Amino acid sequence: MSDVTDATTVPITVDFSGGLEMLFDNQRRHSVSLPAVDNEGRPATIGFLIDYLCKNLMKDPRVDLFVLDKHIRPGILVLINDADWELEGEEAYEIQPHDNILFVSTLHGG
Amino acid sequence: MEEGSGNRNGTNGATAATGFAQNGLSRRLTDDEFERYSRQMIVPGMGKEGQLRLINSRVLIIGAGGLGCPAAQYIAGAGVGTIGIVDGDVVEVSNLHRQVGHATSRIGMKKVDSLIQHLRGLNDLPAYISHPFHLTPHNAADIISQYDLVMDCTDNPATRYLISDVCVLLCKPLVSAASVQKSGQLIVLNCPPVPQGLVDGKYAPCYRCCFKKPPPPGSMVSCGEAGIMGPVVGMMGVAQAGEAIKILASALHVQSENNESTPERNLLQPTLLIYTYDLESAVGPYSFRALKMGGRRKNCFACGENSTLTLEGIRAGNPNYEQFCSVPTPNHSLPPEERITAAAYHAAKVRGELPEHILIDTREKEHFSFGSIEGAVNVPFGKLLMKAAAIKRDGGSASEILPPEACKPDTPIFVVCRRGLDSQETVEKLKELGLDYGGKRKIMDIKGGMKAWKEEVDPTFPYI
Repeated sequence: MSDVTDATTVPITVDFSGGLEMLFDNQRRHSVSLPAVDNEGRPATIGFLIDYLCKNLMKDPRVDLFVLDKHIRPGILVLINDADWELEGEEAYEIQPHDNILFVSTLHGG
Repeated sequence: MEEGSGNRNGTNGATAATGFAQNGLSRRLTDDEFERYSRQMIVPGMGKEGQLRLINSRVLIIGAGGLGCPAAQYIAGAGVGTIGIVDGDVVEVSNLHRQVGHATSRIGMKKVDSLIQHLRGLNDLPAYISHPFHLTPHNAADIISQYDLVMDCTDNPATRYLISDVCVLLCKPLVSAASVQKSGQLIVLNCPPVPQGLVDGKYAPCYRCCFKKPPPPGSMVSCGEAGIMGPVVGMMGVAQAGEAIKILASALHVQSENNESTPERNLLQPTLLIYTYDLESAVGPYSFRALKMGGRRKNCFACGENSTLTLEGIRAGNPNYEQFCSVPTPNHSLPPEERITAAAYHAAKVRGELPEHILIDTREKEHFSFGSIEGAVNVPFGKLLMKAAAIKRDGGSASEILPPEACKPDTPIFVVCRRGLDSQETVEKLKELGLDYGGKRKIMDIKGGMKAWKEEVDPTFPYI
């Protein structure tokens, strides 16, 4: 697999659910080759991924439905390999190859 | 044969904590109960004891809609002894594709009464308690305190936070579900319940531990706006009933005497189940996902260490749930000269006073497909915003955003949407892109959208 040997990017899958897929071309699952380090040479974190998604993957201009005040907007859960990101260090978590990152918006209807 | 030695249960002193009378678990089943519940009682793990626990339990179902109806059917069918239902709404015909506890013949009836009528037909053994009004900070504690377990089947975040807070303070387990459009979520909270402020161990989370802040109102969609597939919300309601039955029949909400959880009581891993229903593909590997959530948070506003939340406070309006869930949304209001009422637009058109113009309808294509004003062109709002952003970013001709009919720079543009907000934003966007040619071209909003059109012009219009 070429993506494993390519040290400049980290191959991951990013999923959107609960309506967030609407902001990303109505596609629930995206394969992303994330730059392995940010502009300052630090390893890519979830915080960096969120910024990267806004700039590179999001086609819909309603960024405030995804990010508010530079943080993920209230009402969106972030799951790292199916575990709440709070169990993994939230924005500071360093992305590992083949991670699955899921963004789910919480629902209230019934 | 059933006989009445109560000693088998006497070793577990914890039963007293929830008010299960010892003798309630050792009595004989009546012939009717025996026949009626036989198929579930023979399931391994259930037995007569599980059945008697259900019969002795009191469950509160808050919301008699898409979640509450299927949930209540299985709760009643399983023989939970006392079933309370809270809802202030009446049955509408648009409810019936998913709210299976109601009926065409009961349109207009209080949902609570309609559902109880249905449940009695299913099983007349339980006691049904009707609370035919909405849950409020004022009445919540009085109602919830009468039950052993609460099922949140409501449709708005303010009530969801209220229910969770009161459940924390009254030590009630909470089974919570939600569903919109093509997604559903389910989580068991506060189970087993422990007193507020206890944080020196692993305890179950409350709603606030998992969902700290509500989403901003503008980002939320209701079933009325976004739609809802019946089987999706039904599946979540049924799963809720399944969880509630499990908890009550196995007494999972009762702390064991030595306060240690046995391995099979796998409650220490709080889990959020999400169901995604894709209209474009068959059920697949990601249709259901079980997500690992954290436990009770030390600094949780409701159940955490220094929480100041009290029942008295809630009753007196503190915290303010409505305010907490409604950060003010930008209030679009164009100046009057850029707006026209639906009635005035129609009248001018009929009298032939409207110049040649283009009418843009920004609703989603599903909404548009049911009907539109004659001559309207559909440009869904999301697509329009995307195009506008692309033009700003990459350059290009702004008029590409408009349908070809509107390419003549002096053709006036009217914009209509569903309820009158997106259309105002569209007018602003088009002006930002310079499409009003410095005021030479009129761009107008039709006030109140197609909702107003139905009210003011055409009562037969198929508005959804």
